[in-house]
Amino acid sequence: MYTEKVVEHFRHPHNMGKMKDYSAVGRVGNILCGDVMWLYIRVERDAAGREVVADVSWETFGCTAAIATSSMVSDLAKGRTLEEAIAISNRDVADQLGGLPPIKMHCSGLAADALSEAIYEYLTKEGRDIPAALQARHEHIQKDMATLEERYKVFLDRDASKGKTDEAPSCS
Amino acid sequence: MPDRVYLDNSATTQAARAVIDAMAPFFDVRYGNASSLHSFGREARRAVEESRESIAESLGVRAEEIVFTSGATEADNLAIVGAAVARSGGGHVIASKVEHDAVLRSAEWLRPMGFGVTLVDVDEAGRVDPEAVQGALRKDTFLVSIMAGNNEIGTLEPIAEIGRICRERGVLFHTDAVQALGKVDLPVDAVDLLAASAHKLHGPKGVGFLYVRRGTRLAPLVHGGGHERGLRSGTENVPAIVGFAAALRLALAERDEVTARMWRLRRRLIDRVLRMPGTRLNGHPENSLPHITNFSFAGIEGESLVMKLDEVGIAASTGSACSSPNLEPSHVLVAIGVPLSMAHGSLRISTGRDTTDGDIDRFLDALPRVVGELRAMSPFKVGE
Repeated sequence: MYTEKVVEHFRHPHNMGKMKDYSAVGRVGNILCGDVMWLYIRVERDAAGREVVADVSWETFGCTAAIATSSMVSDLAKGRTLEEAIAISNRDVADQLGGLPPIKMHCSGLAADALSEAIYEYLTKEGRDIPAALQARHEHIQKDMATLEERYKVFLDRDASKGKTDEAPSCS
Repeated sequence: MPDRVYLDNSATTQAARAVIDAMAPFFDVRYGNASSLHSFGREARRAVEESRESIAESLGVRAEEIVFTSGATEADNLAIVGAAVARSGGGHVIASKVEHDAVLRSAEWLRPMGFGVTLVDVDEAGRVDPEAVQGALRKDTFLVSIMAGNNEIGTLEPIAEIGRICRERGVLFHTDAVQALGKVDLPVDAVDLLAASAHKLHGPKGVGFLYVRRGTRLAPLVHGGGHERGLRSGTENVPAIVGFAAALRLALAERDEVTARMWRLRRRLIDRVLRMPGTRLNGHPENSLPHITNFSFAGIEGESLVMKLDEVGIAASTGSACSSPNLEPSHVLVAIGVPLSMAHGSLRISTGRDTTDGDIDRFLDALPRVVGELRAMSPFKVGE
């Protein structure tokens, strides 16, 4: 089901854990769907004065694929300039892992989204202009998460009140 | 990998040596088609009918009431869809929210055909209230399907009571007894239809049966040469049928000893796992099958837990979200009201006839470390 590369990253994940002195954090996913990813970045200027992702780390609640994609996106982003990091797509994450099973493809999206959200937060904190594509992506991610929250509202309410419900929502 | 520990016996079991030995001649010595006239055919027929009688006798039913199928999924389909097709014009089916997919999907498949389906709730241990079934009965209800013991959480259902209610109302009662057969007493008197499978009790894969009480009207789903009294066409899987009978005989002969050990192992598991922070038992501590124990672990996801345990040679399973295409958590855990944050972190441990204290020790040794590793990765910290 999983490639050797996925299993290897799951068994020995890179850059795992919370970062102490992070510049920004991207928080994506929903515990109700079984995947939550928090991705921390520390941004520094390199010798040429360009802003680079000097360090990346993450905390993830999720399946094998969610953990492997967290590890992979952190490898892909580390040492890259912000422009390069923004360009990392979910396809890049999945490809670098040798592919993911179709039903796990959303995990690669989650990892790339977490990175994108972290960079968005960094630029916002710094009072910087947000590139149009990043702004659009941020809005898309937030809208998706709000949709999920809404769809799961009945479950959240149930968990809070311990009542019973009929319909199971879908995360797909 | 040496020394692996298999704790996934409700998925499937290792075929017992005695079962394999009983089956072996039917592959290459007595390999006839049970429908053939010649001596090869006659000896195959004799083996099929002796197996049928052996199974029927252990259930206390008539041999002609046992219909062999390719497995319990087919048997559940035959019971539910077969009973529906045998009627003229719609009707209403009742099942519970914690049934196996073979029952749920069969019932749901009837909906667009104009049938009504009601899924009754269960309590927080997964038990169906017989009164809820009684309350859901309609004038046009023709079938109630409630499992004997739950495949994910082990909870036993009050099928004797539900069967009595159905009989009073002239409604057919089907039970999926896949996990319960050979483990607990089955009140076969109270049911009209009962589905079972061989590979859950150390028999071969690819064979099941449906008990069909005499006089029950069923339409076949598989058409052809009219085998199994016209209810299931197709050349009988002779070795597998022989293996099923051998497996059931073995299970019943060993039942007291094996289930007593399973109960002891289950109590140890529950005692030790619930001492860990952020854990819960899904199901009922006592009203349960002996071999299935289901836990949830806060802050981690079930598939990761299964993968981590696999790394150290321990095979278990999860009913959690990521095993399904739509990422929904297990319908059973949702039905018993497990908070969704914990429904994703479920682990099912299921023992077999060969599971030892040493196997459970291995699991209990590895578990805190594996759970700790995954919780260290998770943004949701437990016990902080």
